[in-house]
Amino acid sequence: MAERFTKSMARNIYLGGSAFFVLLFLALTFDTQSRAMPERDNRDQITEQVVRGKHVWEENNCIGCHTLMGEGAYFAPELANVFDRRGAGDSEVFKSFMNAWMNAMPTNVPGRRQMPQFNLTDQEIEDLAEFLEWTSKIDDNNWPPNIEG
Amino acid sequence: MRYESQRVAMPYFIFALILFAGQIVFGLVLGLQYVVGDFLFPEIPFNVARMVHTNLLIVWLLFGFMGATYYLVPEEAQTELYSPLLAWILFWVFAVAGTLTILGYLLVDYATLADVTMNKLLPTMGREFLEQPTITKIGIAIVAVGFLFNILMTALKGRKTVVNIVLVTGLVGLAALWLFSFYNPSNLTLDKYFWWFVVHLWVEGVWELIMGAILAYVLIKITGVDREVIEKWLYVIIAMALISGIIGTGHHFFWIGPPEYWLWLGSVFSAIEPLPFFMMVLFAFNMINRRRRNHPNKAAMLWAMGTAVMAFLGAGVWGFLHTLAPVNYYTHGSQITAAHGHMAFYGAYVMIVLTIISYAMPIMRGRPYGNSNTAQVLEMWGFWLMTISMVFITLFLTGAGILQVWLQRIPESGQALSFMATQDNISLFYWMRLVAGCFFLGGLAVYFSSFFIKGQASPAEEVRGPATEDA
Repeated sequence: MAERFTKSMARNIYLGGSAFFVLLFLALTFDTQSRAMPERDNRDQITEQVVRGKHVWEENNCIGCHTLMGEGAYFAPELANVFDRRGAGDSEVFKSFMNAWMNAMPTNVPGRRQMPQFNLTDQEIEDLAEFLEWTSKIDDNNWPPNIEG
Repeated sequence: MRYESQRVAMPYFIFALILFAGQIVFGLVLGLQYVVGDFLFPEIPFNVARMVHTNLLIVWLLFGFMGATYYLVPEEAQTELYSPLLAWILFWVFAVAGTLTILGYLLVDYATLADVTMNKLLPTMGREFLEQPTITKIGIAIVAVGFLFNILMTALKGRKTVVNIVLVTGLVGLAALWLFSFYNPSNLTLDKYFWWFVVHLWVEGVWELIMGAILAYVLIKITGVDREVIEKWLYVIIAMALISGIIGTGHHFFWIGPPEYWLWLGSVFSAIEPLPFFMMVLFAFNMINRRRRNHPNKAAMLWAMGTAVMAFLGAGVWGFLHTLAPVNYYTHGSQITAAHGHMAFYGAYVMIVLTIISYAMPIMRGRPYGNSNTAQVLEMWGFWLMTISMVFITLFLTGAGILQVWLQRIPESGQALSFMATQDNISLFYWMRLVAGCFFLGGLAVYFSSFFIKGQASPAEEVRGPATEDA
């Protein structure tokens, strides 16, 4: 680099640049969280059941195989839209699907990917279904592109 | 090695490499489960193997960073480490806690682990990469505080070089951002948003400071180029990293709830994220071309060039490949993401830790000019085998990802293949990835074997002053 460009100029770009963008990021975070998100994530519909469902989701490490809104492992299907895919957007249909599915695991088909049997209670399965239904209704800029996730 | 206390880096490096081996073994288990779905089921289901694979990576890189810090901070500060004893105590605390956590993953099922570690009191588990029981997370925070205390006390009492300032800034950032791992609100969109404050702001933020500082240190040592020049480069690189990377977090906010302006912000800023990595390539090659000495440790120089190039390819090029929102709409959460993740972590962070190990380990073993020629040749074979295998792993996953997008994402609902049907269709790529993974393990074995070759390089192999032929 040219001699005219000194080390202290480089340091000032680093300090000034990072300070500016940290502040900008905080301001954007504030705007996102206080103004935009309440309208997009239906937080008024987060019931006790949804909260319990999120704990079921976490305590069984579902993210270790599945993606949720595209984040997670890529070994098993996307579940942010499973309410639409498997429940056709109907709570009762989805709950009975979830009940049948969770109790049928694992399939034990030789050579196929296996989902463990988590021994969830009926209540836990229903909570999980509620959590996934709420998740499916978050405004996520229309992702995924189609029903297959 | 000027200061006896630098030697405390040794156990950190050795333990890091042991965990690295474990990470690769579990990587192969996962690769096989991708094609033989019921392999090791139900003993080690996929989610457990993946958790072990990714957590081992994170923990061994942290061990590597800490080892690097203990080695270079005293030398840069020109003083002994504040407390070698504290460094040893924290080593054992972290090693035991890390091992117990991994054993916990493997020996009890995850829900039980959550139960016995009282996750209910402060639920933080079950989120990708942050699967550790809350008590382990607290342990990591305590180790980080003790570590930072030791390092700050050392750095502050001695010479304050740019390398030390940047490294310590990165480490403080790492520890501070870790606190977001304790924030797990019941609103999933909030949870995800702040989860990225750990994950993105680590790997595309403060870790780049750590990487830049380690690379700068090794380049000062092996090229003999004037510190002023190297420090100027370092400032420019980390300036670009933070200027692009902080708002670049937006590329993770496209499809998890935040508003549409992130589509623009994330796309534009992450499009400049390759720049700091490109500058690292220029930096490494420029300094080596302008070297004032020919250090006999050729292997360390190879790692230093390798990490710059592979970080640029993996983090820079493969990141840019799918970072623009209209592209990411189709590729988000596909095998393209996995391809990028593998090469980026290997190129930037695995290789920078192996760079400092390659430079510092021989010195700590009483070989100031590096290992013997035979050992270096073997180490370089390890370098090429692992690096080329990783290139192929990345290419095969990219192939799988492109096909996945083509079959599963692009067609309309009704015509698109289901996730599982798509997986069946792309299994050939997974098989090839598995073969490349086996070569990686072979490369790792060759690399490890280089540590067991006796002998050292002699100062006579170094040509001082203007290099003889190619300068």
